[in-house]
Amino acid sequence: MLRDHYIFSNGRLKRKDNTLYFFDEEENKKSLPVHQTDNLYVFGEIDLNSSLLNLLSQHDVHLHVFNYYGFYAGTFCPRNKKVSGFTVVQQSAHYLDLEKRLYMAKAFLQSAVHHMLRNIRRYKEKTEQYVQVIEEEAKKMDSATTVQELMGIEGRIRQHYYQSFNAILKQDFIFEKRTKQPPQDPLNALISFGNSLCYTAVLSEIYKTQLDPTISFLHEPSTKRFSLCLDLAEIFKPLIVDVVIISCINNRIITQKHFDFLDGMVLLNEEGKKRFIKEWDEKLSTTVQHRKLKRKVSYRYFIRLECYKLIKHFIGDEPYKPLKAWW
Amino acid sequence: MVSGVQMQYYKVCKRKLWLFSKGIAMEDEHERVIEGKILHERAYPRLEDREILVDDAFKLDALDGEYIREVKLSSKMSEADRFQMLYYLYELKKRGVQKKGLISYTKERKTEEIELTEKDEVAIEKAIKEIYAIVHSASPPKLKKLPYCTKCAYYEFCFALEGDD
Repeated sequence: MLRDHYIFSNGRLKRKDNTLYFFDEEENKKSLPVHQTDNLYVFGEIDLNSSLLNLLSQHDVHLHVFNYYGFYAGTFCPRNKKVSGFTVVQQSAHYLDLEKRLYMAKAFLQSAVHHMLRNIRRYKEKTEQYVQVIEEEAKKMDSATTVQELMGIEGRIRQHYYQSFNAILKQDFIFEKRTKQPPQDPLNALISFGNSLCYTAVLSEIYKTQLDPTISFLHEPSTKRFSLCLDLAEIFKPLIVDVVIISCINNRIITQKHFDFLDGMVLLNEEGKKRFIKEWDEKLSTTVQHRKLKRKVSYRYFIRLECYKLIKHFIGDEPYKPLKAWW
Repeated sequence: MVSGVQMQYYKVCKRKLWLFSKGIAMEDEHERVIEGKILHERAYPRLEDREILVDDAFKLDALDGEYIREVKLSSKMSEADRFQMLYYLYELKKRGVQKKGLISYTKERKTEEIELTEKDEVAIEKAIKEIYAIVHSASPPKLKKLPYCTKCAYYEFCFALEGDD
C-alpha cells in the first residue's frame, strides 16, 4: 500500500544505499520506506542531493515542496514513463473545440456544485436560503455559452457557499470574503492550505495516468500551473477539503490558537498544519463501496478514477460523466 | 510490426490490445504484472541467450538449442500464450530460422511444447491483419465483461463508470 509522508522539521533528506533517511537538526535519524512511498511533502527546510532524486525517481516518488508559509512551491516529478501521444492529441482536441471544451467545463462545475450542496444540505435548517440561491444560480450554467460566463457563475456560487459556513461553523470563524495570497483570516487560511493539498493530490494521481496536466478546460491552460489539476480539484475541493475543514472546526480539532497572525496575513502554524493533515490523510484513505467496480475505493482513488474517465472521454470510449457522490 | 504482447492481448481482449497499443498502459503498478516481470528476470539463469531482441520488434525470453522458451505465471491464458509463441516461431521462420517453442508454467510444474503447423501459420497471418485493423481504429472496442476482467490491470480503467443517480 502506497503512502504519503510529511516532513515538517528542518534537516537533511538522504539516500544511504537504497534506503531513504531523514536527519533532523539534532541528527536524529529516521528511515522512510521508499518502496511504499507515493508522495513526500516537505514543509520544513531540507537539504538534498541528486543521488536522492535518483532514488526517488527509481521508485516513482513525487517530492512536493512548500514554502515557509505553507504555499505550494513545486514538485520533483520522476521522468514520465506514461506517454501516450494519442491521448494528448485527443485531449487537446477537446480543448480546441469550444463546444467540447464547454462540455468538460460544465461537467466539472456540475460536480462541484453537487458536492457543495451536499455539504451544506446536511445543516438544512441553517442553510436553506443558501441552498436555494445556489440552486437558482446553478440553473444558469446550462445555458452558458462561454467559459468566462461559467467562471462568473462559479464565482457567485462559491461566494454564497462560503457565506453559508457562517451558519454551519460552531466556533468563531467568520467568512467575509475569499482572500488568497495572503489569506486574511483563519478560515481563508484553512481553505488555502486545504486547496493546495488537494491540488497536489490531484497532480500526483494525474501523473499516474497518460493525461497531460497542462491541458485544461474550465481554467485556461496556463504556463504557471498545471491547470488540469485546478479543473479536477473543483470536484474534490468540496468533496474532501471542505468536509475536513468543517469537521476540524466543529470538532475543535483546530482552534484560533493554531494560527499565526502576521501583519494582515493569517497562516496555519505547524501544529495546525499537522492536525489538518492528519484529518486530511484519514479522509483520503476512507473507502466507499463503488457501484460499478464492486470494490471498495478510497477518496484518493476516486481522483484516479476521474482521470481514467477523462481519458475514456478523450479517446471516444465513454462520454464523461463527472463524479457525483451518491453515498 | 506486431509485438508478442500484442499477439497475446489479441487473444485475451481486443480492447486491452487497443488501449495498450495507444500507450494507455496500466501494467506497471499491477501486482501480477510485477510478479511476472520478476519471474522473467529470474528465469533460465543457466542459459546465455536471454532477452533476444529480433529486428527491434519483439523480444524472445530465451533460446535453448532448438527451442524458444517463455515462462508464464499461470496457464489460465494458455491459448493466448500459445498464440504468442506461434507468432515468434512464425516470424523466425520468415527469417529462415526453424525452431520449436516451450512454454513453462513454473508454478504449476508444467511445460508445453509448441510446433508451428501450416494451419497455425494461416491463423497467425489472419491475426496480424486483425491486430492492425484494431490498432488503427479511432476508438477502442466497446467494453465487454469477460470472466477474467477483475484480474486485469485495466479493470479499474474499464469499469470507472458512473452509476445512475
